[in-house]
Amino acid sequence: MELSGGEITIQALIDEGVEYVFGYPGGAVLHIYDALFKREDQIKHILVRHEQGATHAADGYARATGKVGVCLVTSGPGATNAVTGIATAHLDSIPMVVITGQVPTPVIGSDAFQEVDTVGITRPCVKHNFLVKDVRDLATTIKKAFYIASSGRPGPVVVDIPKDVTDPGIKIPYDYQRQVSMRSYNPAVRGHQGQIRKAVDSILRAKRPVIYTGGGVVLGEASAALTELVRTLGYPITSTLMGLGAYPMTDKQFLGMLGMHGTYEANMAMHETDCLVAIGARFDDRVTGKIEHFCPHAEIIHVDVDPASISKTVKVDVPIVGPVGSVVTDMLACLRDSGASPDSDALAAWWKQIEDWRNIDCMRYDRRSGLIKPQFAVETLYKVSGGDLYLTSDVGQHQMFAAQFYPFDKPRRWINSGGLGTMGFGLPAAMGVQLAFPDAQVACISGEASILMCIQEMATCKQYSLPIKVILLNNGYMGMVRQWQEFFYESRYAHSYVDALPDFVKLAESFGHVGMRVDKPDELEAAMREAFAMKDRFVFLDVIVDPTENVYPMIAAGKGQHEMHLPPTMSERELA
Amino acid sequence: MRHIISMLVENESGALSRIAGLFSARGYNIESLTVAPTDEPSLSRMTLVTSGNEDIVEQIKKQLNKLIDVVKLQDLAEGEHIEREMMLIKLKAAGSNREELKRLADIFRAKIIDVTDVSYVVELTGASKKLDAFIQAVPEGLITEVVRSGPTGIARGDKGLTL
Repeated sequence: MELSGGEITIQALIDEGVEYVFGYPGGAVLHIYDALFKREDQIKHILVRHEQGATHAADGYARATGKVGVCLVTSGPGATNAVTGIATAHLDSIPMVVITGQVPTPVIGSDAFQEVDTVGITRPCVKHNFLVKDVRDLATTIKKAFYIASSGRPGPVVVDIPKDVTDPGIKIPYDYQRQVSMRSYNPAVRGHQGQIRKAVDSILRAKRPVIYTGGGVVLGEASAALTELVRTLGYPITSTLMGLGAYPMTDKQFLGMLGMHGTYEANMAMHETDCLVAIGARFDDRVTGKIEHFCPHAEIIHVDVDPASISKTVKVDVPIVGPVGSVVTDMLACLRDSGASPDSDALAAWWKQIEDWRNIDCMRYDRRSGLIKPQFAVETLYKVSGGDLYLTSDVGQHQMFAAQFYPFDKPRRWINSGGLGTMGFGLPAAMGVQLAFPDAQVACISGEASILMCIQEMATCKQYSLPIKVILLNNGYMGMVRQWQEFFYESRYAHSYVDALPDFVKLAESFGHVGMRVDKPDELEAAMREAFAMKDRFVFLDVIVDPTENVYPMIAAGKGQHEMHLPPTMSERELA
Repeated sequence: MRHIISMLVENESGALSRIAGLFSARGYNIESLTVAPTDEPSLSRMTLVTSGNEDIVEQIKKQLNKLIDVVKLQDLAEGEHIEREMMLIKLKAAGSNREELKRLADIFRAKIIDVTDVSYVVELTGASKKLDAFIQAVPEGLITEVVRSGPTGIARGDKGLTL
């Protein structure tokens, strides 16, 4: 089979089993789009309204399915618009292949029209990137891109293709390799058995153990093995923002999220533990707080597929490099072989302590308020959706409220930008999720500031009839910024107030969607039910919430895990 | 502590900027970096001198290994090794200084490789400290230009950093 570079690009995507390409055409990718035009029976293209939307949609697709998300954008501004989405995927280790057009090879470096050094610009925010200078390298490069993106610690890979490489006049024999091996890239496939035994010994010796999991458990498809391990041991478990749902959050062994807006019980358990089992988590600063105060009494075991994650910020006692699924499975086997069981007396005392912390009820809020409290809105969303949503989120208070008040019992259901904290992520991400699961309930929780950052994607939702529900917690402020200004800047609200907001109901309607508004607590549930009942419509529900509510608990940046601000309705004495 | 990290790197455009970019992005020290092809055309050899406490150097090595273009890596400071750096130094050599500089070059076993009425170019190879010592020994005001290659190194013994 002889194909041109443009045809090779599309054929390679088809051979990779790619279902959707999220993209936006432009000069440098026109040959590729022309090749795509003839193959749309085998690969579907989703035309977004901004390249950032393409990357987030591909990212949402990848997070929900575990498959590689694919984007196709043009050179110059197409590529630079994609950078935010690429960086978002990079920080959360999401497998993505981004194909960018480039100006023809003879004019590279001449400041040609729509030329940027895409490989240079994206280098620090990709797992790897390629510039393909010869059409004969194209198929192999795309194969490598998919292999690198999806193996080891996943991540985005950019393939920059100059226009002349896709020239329809130059055809070469096409042969797509099933597998590719690279001498310089060999991700770990199994954990060290000696280290695993050592870890299991420590786990069994522990008096006050905590299992701390992160996004790696979701990415590594290790949810089932983890759940079995946690239940076998009977130990408490907490999760980062990125790991929510990997272990059922409604289970009583789950302490809630940890970190800056984590629960009192999770953070106190971290502070007091003598054995921390970190699985697929990376000791992010939002989790650790001040490193000097982090888990001061603990022996730390760390399982991660990326050796560079281990002992990066926190010194680890028992490192295990390997895919979390295989390591956790090996741990279970090792545990069974040992015939030993945890110290039940110590564990009972530990659970008693944890229950005391739990009884503080660190996330309580004013349920009698005449205003819709954002927490109440999320609880109502949980009730109305039966806890079975794919929920994407933007960034800010609504994101934290969702993480706190919507307990996910399955992995890949909670889709948010944790590492980079990208406002504008939620709506396009929901498009990727809805396309992947057309029959599933998909909602995007957002704020009136975040949603405006990628609002144009409502047009894409219309074009492809995506019945997403946007749940907008509209407090008229950049809530998280306002909260920090209240706490740390003596309530000087510098530019955190969003003046001149659009009428979101009319805005949604102008895009051809259904817009709804609700501002009374007792009308909220009915409004949400009405929205979700419109199964084939995109509904934008503008929920007017209390403008001054804050996210609690909170550990201020640079403070220790035990130094939490609790909701103001509780006196400090109650904690003593 | 000072570390000398030797790497085999894919001979691809962009490999050097990935490595240099890693150091600037993560705030690591980089004292010197040398790059040249090897006997295997698809590979370059890089020698990089850095410093930092053990935890930082460990991170540097892990992050370098994580780069797809880095094929193999060795911290020469972990074992017995040989280090050499080359310097070309242009000296003002007029009048009575000519004889003194010639003597100095002989003491250091350096070679004078270019001569004019008023200047010498001296070539000197050795450990970086030897080069420092030579520069120190040159009487004040006589140095026109110093060109140093940065250190390269190789482990002692029969084992090599190969594929």
